[in-house]
Amino acid sequence: MLGKSPIYWKRALEGYMFISPWIIGFAIFTAGPLIGSFTISLTEWNIVGTPRFIGLKNYEAMLQDKLFWQSLKVTTLYLFNVPLNLTLGLLLAILLNQKVRGLGIFRTIFYLPSVTAGVATSLLWMWIFNPRFGMINILLKEVGITGPAWLGSETWALPALIIMSMWGVGGGMLIYLGALQGIPTALYEAATLDGAGVWRKFLHITIPMITPVLLLNLIMGIISSFQVFTQAYIMTQGGPNYATLFFVLYLYQQAFRWFNMGYASALAWVLFLIILICTYLVLHTSSRWVYYENE
Amino acid sequence: MTKQAMGRSPTKDRSAQLVEYFQLQHVRERITKAIIYILLILGSILVMLPFLWMISTSLKKPGTEFTIPVQWIPNPPRWQNYPEGWSVLPFNLWLLNTVAITVVATLGSLISSALIGFGFARIDFPGRTVLFMLVLATMMLPYPSIIVPLFVLYKNLGWLDTFKPLTIPAFFGVNAFYIFLLRQFFKTIPVDLDDAARVDGCTTFGVFRYIAVPLIKPALGIIFVFSFMQNWNDFLGPLIYLSSTEKFTLALGLRFFQSQYRVEWTLLMAVSLIVLSPCIVLFFIAQKYYIQGIVITGIKG
Repeated sequence: MLGKSPIYWKRALEGYMFISPWIIGFAIFTAGPLIGSFTISLTEWNIVGTPRFIGLKNYEAMLQDKLFWQSLKVTTLYLFNVPLNLTLGLLLAILLNQKVRGLGIFRTIFYLPSVTAGVATSLLWMWIFNPRFGMINILLKEVGITGPAWLGSETWALPALIIMSMWGVGGGMLIYLGALQGIPTALYEAATLDGAGVWRKFLHITIPMITPVLLLNLIMGIISSFQVFTQAYIMTQGGPNYATLFFVLYLYQQAFRWFNMGYASALAWVLFLIILICTYLVLHTSSRWVYYENE
Repeated sequence: MTKQAMGRSPTKDRSAQLVEYFQLQHVRERITKAIIYILLILGSILVMLPFLWMISTSLKKPGTEFTIPVQWIPNPPRWQNYPEGWSVLPFNLWLLNTVAITVVATLGSLISSALIGFGFARIDFPGRTVLFMLVLATMMLPYPSIIVPLFVLYKNLGWLDTFKPLTIPAFFGVNAFYIFLLRQFFKTIPVDLDDAARVDGCTTFGVFRYIAVPLIKPALGIIFVFSFMQNWNDFLGPLIYLSSTEKFTLALGLRFFQSQYRVEWTLLMAVSLIVLSPCIVLFFIAQKYYIQGIVITGIKG
């Protein structure tokens, strides 16, 4: 490398200058805070006083903390939305990929909820889930079913949030649709000549060809499920009786309601590790079921 | 199958069979198509229902949202809910704040990710691969896991209750996805173009500014819409960093509105609709960019 020409080094220097915003940003807004988070997690600190070093006590306390386990349970149960949304999204994408007329209109409609996600739609769904006057229970009543109290019910609050998440199915659908449209038609033609039926073509061509985006949607689904915050904060505040105490909501409460900065940071690191391990496990097993064309 | 059948010399009987076969096939195809359309239309109705419910409620006389049977089309529609809801709290100010934050942060994202993406795509330097892996790795980092130290950092910098924590990081390429996206686009430009420009005396920055950037305008469009939506809808950031009401964004304002007018669903829905309408409008205008961006995530991710 040292034998390279002066021009190379001049260019390389320019390269570093181009990426320098990222280097600075990475150090200050990402890597620094990540290390800082770990350091704070070894202390007891209410942000105004001076932090007191207590070693791994925060992590030990977590094991005894019922709410920590509850938040982990809630978040894990919420993961059920991932396979639901993966399947539904794929199904919609396949329907849309059948050379239907009005593709653009359908695509827009299905995707619309994804661009409006936030406080406004959380308020909307609170109203939709209203036990007496909300849309869902009114529609259920039409068919003779008395709907549950949804967000007011310990049993139904979390399923309600999962139903709400399915409204955003269009996000995954768009990614599948892109992948489906990228499958060479020659593959299907060859299979047809070999006498393969619709079902076999689906199993042996469509599915293998879209496994890379399935993997992507799976990982994104898991990561975003672990980070649910806005819906829970606006709609339930973690209730009733902690039935929707999502992990990040609990982290937020520890940090910014009770100012247990040390404990919140320990939670943050646990969150980071959980996501890291989940992503690793999914990627690790993916070599068995994901098909890459170029390999 | 059809090819085999056609290959044989068809007797009269045979050709009649063939006609029947194709007719059957045709009918089958039409039925399948019909089922597909029915499913898609049903799905669309399900997706649109919450929006229709929202619009319906927003046009009702306050109080009448609690009457049964439900009046889906309010008669007469009460349009005053919109100006009324909007003026109970300083929503105009919050709108200005949100616009300011969104515009500055989006500008920051565009500038920084273009520079950084260009650096990674077009210039060779030692450690490039490793550093780029780091960029990709940060995409996996959950933002909530660093909010405590960030809060401490901004507190020490005196940035709390200002727009700085919501805008300045954007100028330092904190959104790794944008860098990744632009790098992929810059990579598609032929190197010959760079070389030709350099022969003509263009500097590296000149190549970036006058050759590369104009060629990736569609990608910048993608980042514009993504960043706009993300900043417009952001809740956790403003919630943590902003505390005085006159600094609130629309998302925080809505939350405040909810706490003050808990059961006024007509006004709440009216204001919520106003808040999310820019996202819907932008989505319709820039749909091409948006969908392209999502699809690329799938193909190149």
